[in-house]
Amino acid sequence: MPEPTLAVLLGAALMLSLNAYVLLGGADFGGGVWDLLASGARKDRQRALVAEAIGPIWEANHVWLILVVVLLFTCFPPAFALLSVALHIPFTLVLIGIVLRGAAFTFRTYDTQRDDAQRRWGRLFAAASLVTPVLLGVAVGTIAAGDVGPPAGSFVSGYVRPWLRPFPLAVGGLALVLFAYLAAVYLTLEAPDRPLQDDFRLRAMGTGAAALGLAALSLALAHEAAPPVWQMLFASDWAIALHLATGLAAVTALVALWRRRWAVARAAAALQVSCILWGWALSQYPYLVPPHYTVAAAAAPAVTLRLVLVALCLGALVLFPSLYYLFRVFKTPAHDGAPFRVPGIADAPRNHPTSPAPVDCGRHRCSAHRERRSAR
Amino acid sequence: MSDLLAARSQMAVSLAFHIVFAVVGIGMPVLMVVAEWRYLKTGEKLFLELAKRWSKGTAVMFAVGAVSGTILSFELGLLWPRFMKFAGAIIGMPFSLEGFAFFVEAIFLGVYLYGWNRISPRAHLVAGMLVAISGCLSGIFVVIANAWMNSPTGFALVSGQLVNIDPLAAMANPAAFSQTLHMTLAAYAATGLAVAGIHAALLLRNPANAFHRRALTVALLVGGPAAILQPFSGDLSARFVARYQPVKLAAAEGHFETARSVPLLIGGWPDMAERTTRYALRIPYGLSLLAFGDPHAEVKGLEQVPPEDWPHVPTVHLAFQIMVGLGIYLALVSLWAAVLAWRKRDLVGNRLLLRALVVATPLGFVAIEAGWLVTEVGRQPWIIHGVLRTADAVTPMPGLVVPFAAFTLLYVALAAAVVWLLRRQISQSPDVAEIGSALPQATPGA
Repeated sequence: MPEPTLAVLLGAALMLSLNAYVLLGGADFGGGVWDLLASGARKDRQRALVAEAIGPIWEANHVWLILVVVLLFTCFPPAFALLSVALHIPFTLVLIGIVLRGAAFTFRTYDTQRDDAQRRWGRLFAAASLVTPVLLGVAVGTIAAGDVGPPAGSFVSGYVRPWLRPFPLAVGGLALVLFAYLAAVYLTLEAPDRPLQDDFRLRAMGTGAAALGLAALSLALAHEAAPPVWQMLFASDWAIALHLATGLAAVTALVALWRRRWAVARAAAALQVSCILWGWALSQYPYLVPPHYTVAAAAAPAVTLRLVLVALCLGALVLFPSLYYLFRVFKTPAHDGAPFRVPGIADAPRNHPTSPAPVDCGRHRCSAHRERRSAR
Repeated sequence: MSDLLAARSQMAVSLAFHIVFAVVGIGMPVLMVVAEWRYLKTGEKLFLELAKRWSKGTAVMFAVGAVSGTILSFELGLLWPRFMKFAGAIIGMPFSLEGFAFFVEAIFLGVYLYGWNRISPRAHLVAGMLVAISGCLSGIFVVIANAWMNSPTGFALVSGQLVNIDPLAAMANPAAFSQTLHMTLAAYAATGLAVAGIHAALLLRNPANAFHRRALTVALLVGGPAAILQPFSGDLSARFVARYQPVKLAAAEGHFETARSVPLLIGGWPDMAERTTRYALRIPYGLSLLAFGDPHAEVKGLEQVPPEDWPHVPTVHLAFQIMVGLGIYLALVSLWAAVLAWRKRDLVGNRLLLRALVVATPLGFVAIEAGWLVTEVGRQPWIIHGVLRTADAVTPMPGLVVPFAAFTLLYVALAAAVVWLLRRQISQSPDVAEIGSALPQATPGA
């Protein structure tokens, strides 16, 4: 296990921010995927649920990524410079995806509610939500494979080939499926009635299974593409514990989905995805960007690290109560039966069932919950 | 197009685009909050309707500002990796703080936009105030980082190696105060007067509309004082630049030869071959007086450094003239409105003032763009003044014209979409009689 030096602490803070981005921002991208793949009789209601779920929070969730970038260039400047050069193309595509996703979602919310306008923005929002996670995963895969380096040779060999390989692409696919999986699991908890819950239950189980497959594929490819990572994932003493925890979380999530324990499923799925992320980070430790920079070698001078750590602690004092408030306001279902109205889309007739079904809030003392339980 | 030029162009386009949305993101929350506060105070539904409409515009502008700001945070590395490798440890601190300010802004904007029926009116107003405060702080932190590029402090270079890094000293760089003050005032002035101009145009058509009358008052209350104070803050900035970046001042003024008792040049065109600025209006002793408070002070000319170290003089000079000219126009119009209001005249009855305000609508933003040209182009050929050249900071990635073209297209498309959406929102003037009786959440639908 890493020694807790200043550089390691800030590296951990960076990973925690990335973890938060994956669990929150990642699920928002996953929501876009389910907008794209909305189908069946409740197609419009699925889309409305996605829009309601991410509307108030996606911008706050997005800031985790900014924090990752800022921590990287403040605390590990040479690593940021190297990544920005070698991954120029995937990062540029990620940016275009982020812009189109965010802008199209907001434009859809505030544009006219006519179907053609809504469809146009919706398609753009969904397509951008599909492409961006893949490229983020590709970037992670390229780093893990140790293929990020000062570009040499031709344009293609220096700027394209390092990331356009099977292993990074498999990790990109895994990222997409995991984001969609997280979104589906969260949406089971937010859906107001049984049919809609079951729509996302099915999607969650499907993507959960696909994630297992893609994780296995990525691991198999890592044997060739990222031998040090592969080695660590099987040889180190913490590897078994990590695999067990990941597996246990995955099974718990699937069982909880099967038994409609949405809150349990959410916790287990979040844990499962976090385990995968930390597995990657630990397996390439002490390297930040293998094989060029270790965490210690890329670190900024101690004075900067200390100040950033202080700023992070003070910032957390502001941030976490604010985030708690945000999620409490929007993620606690309204008990008075008044549906939460999204500005703009709230006017669309397709938005809400006229009489909202009792809401499952995951609390045993909640009256709606109790009624449902006794009915069962 | 060389890769360096493509990189500089991409950065310029990204900043020029983002700054509009960043500025609106700083200014609009203040307008919403003032309107909502007036509603809570007076119970007048018109103010509530105003806050709601302005919040919709803010939502669109903020989202575009957030994503275009993300582009910039990546572009620092994608385009200028050697700059970030050098400066990250020194100047990352204000960016980290900006990250938290931006977090608070995004969180409470979500609460504000979607929380109308979910939280108490007082909590809702506080959420709006937090958006306004953190928006202002975000802007200040980012401008502090830019100020450091103009007056780098907080480190020492010993035979090419960085030593004695002090991020707090870097944040307290000498340009920080004048630059953040100037930018913050600019944000309130540009946003407030743009909104005032839009409602002035609608009032010209329909002077009796009580909704637009209230909107005009609130917008002028926010934009007017900032516009009136801006020339003084500009004077402070000019004095700073005269002392710390004399080449930038010389370029802005089209001032070639170091001399005493230098006149202020208004307008004109720098003739680079003859090294003189032609066709300008000359105010004797003006520049010496403004820059150093002494009519006989020496003002260094461009000749102090070799021509290859000059910025593009015509661009800087022209941009500076535009910024100052428009700033003065906005200050005068605001002063006029202030005098009328002080004498308790009906502003809307004065159609000439309304027309002057309509003309002012885009001018604050034009002035901001021109001001950024002055500070950014005026710093060239340096990315960090006197320390690192822009040409030495650029990425080795070839073919940068491709991402430049791609991002330019993206910005054009986004701008078109935003303009189209806002036009629709603005053109749907509420019927005042209807608001008086209707539900507060009555919003125009399809």
